[in-house]
Amino acid sequence: MTEPAPVITVSNLVKQFGRFAALRGVTAEFSGGKLYAILGDNGAGKTTLLRTLAGLNHPTGGQVSILGATRFHDICREVGYMAHPSLLYDEMSGMENLQYFARLYGMVDARCADVIRAVGLDPELARPVGQYSQGMRQRMSLARALLNDPKILLLDEPFSNVDVHSGTDMVHLLARTRDQGKTIFVVTHQASLLEGAADEFVWMRAGLIVGRTHGLKPPEGAN
Amino acid sequence: MPAPTGITRATLLKDLRLEWRSKDAINSMLFFSLLVVVVFSFSFDPSAEESRQIAGGLVWVAFLFAAVVALNQTWARELRNQVLDAYRVSPAPANSLFLAKAIGNFIFVTVLEALMTPLFIAFYRLRALGPAWQLLIVAALGTWALVVNGTFFAAMSIRTRSREIMLPLLLFPISIPAILGMVQATTAVLNGEGSRVWIALLLSYDLVFTTACLLLFETVLNAE
Repeated sequence: MTEPAPVITVSNLVKQFGRFAALRGVTAEFSGGKLYAILGDNGAGKTTLLRTLAGLNHPTGGQVSILGATRFHDICREVGYMAHPSLLYDEMSGMENLQYFARLYGMVDARCADVIRAVGLDPELARPVGQYSQGMRQRMSLARALLNDPKILLLDEPFSNVDVHSGTDMVHLLARTRDQGKTIFVVTHQASLLEGAADEFVWMRAGLIVGRTHGLKPPEGAN
Repeated sequence: MPAPTGITRATLLKDLRLEWRSKDAINSMLFFSLLVVVVFSFSFDPSAEESRQIAGGLVWVAFLFAAVVALNQTWARELRNQVLDAYRVSPAPANSLFLAKAIGNFIFVTVLEALMTPLFIAFYRLRALGPAWQLLIVAALGTWALVVNGTFFAAMSIRTRSREIMLPLLLFPISIPAILGMVQATTAVLNGEGSRVWIALLLSYDLVFTTACLLLFETVLNAE
């Protein structure tokens, strides 16, 4: 079977913060319609890679091409980003948050309720997000990332502080989303949750991709 | 591309809603200005003539310091949970965010001025000898001068470690021409003298700095 065309190409990507190199020449291609788990120890460069793909970090060197575009702004509608913090206003309800973000994409409110339901929450919930449990906040954050129906989802630690049951539900949702043709990147320390669901495990160490596997067994040099 | 005016309106309404629920900015500003009025009233006991000479300075210094409190809050709520990143990854234009924030701050500071001005008048027994309606123009132009630069420099200082100190350090020097215009125009109206030159100065200042801030804000927003 032929490999689908790459939706993301990263060439010799370098990102330095002062004298510290968070990414040291990452080169990789990622095909569409797959779920990638990005793994590695703290400081391996996973979050920096994700933020650079999301246009939030400017590369010090090298190039990122997403859906053929090198300027993030040209394809920002096609990307959904979920960070470790919730990216939500604590004083507003989940629905109010999503309605605001829908305006930023020039979208109608109708989709807000659908994505809230899709992540297993109640769109009628009037409580402010600040009063949500951590698991609910993570789900609402995922709903925000899904809001613009992106072709590419960049998720940073979506399962952190989420119980196993909720984590498994989120993995099923991600697998369904992938099956709809979306490309998903998940940075996580809970790789076991993605076993059987992820198409590829991308192993990072010290600012480099040191291996890509189909199973959870790390390649040589990943540890 | 979503309509920039629609995004400005949505962001402004969101900020007003957040402020209504938290009252972070307005409470701090009111408390601070009230303190200034009371402290100044204990420090000076001016005659009506002296009041007219110094009131312009006192009023605008009080509003300037109080505005800094609101300006620091403006971006603080965008930094909590890194919500600003959600804006940055969206197709929404940077200037829509800037305008919404500046208009929001203008509303907060105007509310403060509306509440505090009667107190200033009472404490300092103020009575304008010139056309008092001109004070409304001075207030509008002066407030915009403070908030447009304040919103911009507050955005610039959000990534610095000591942003609450950084904002006045950046804002006050660049606001000197505007403060001069506000104080002189207010004093001129209170003393029944011509204030047109100072109002023209304020108008020019507003036009120049609003344009500069709009041109530069995208760079500030996307800086790391």
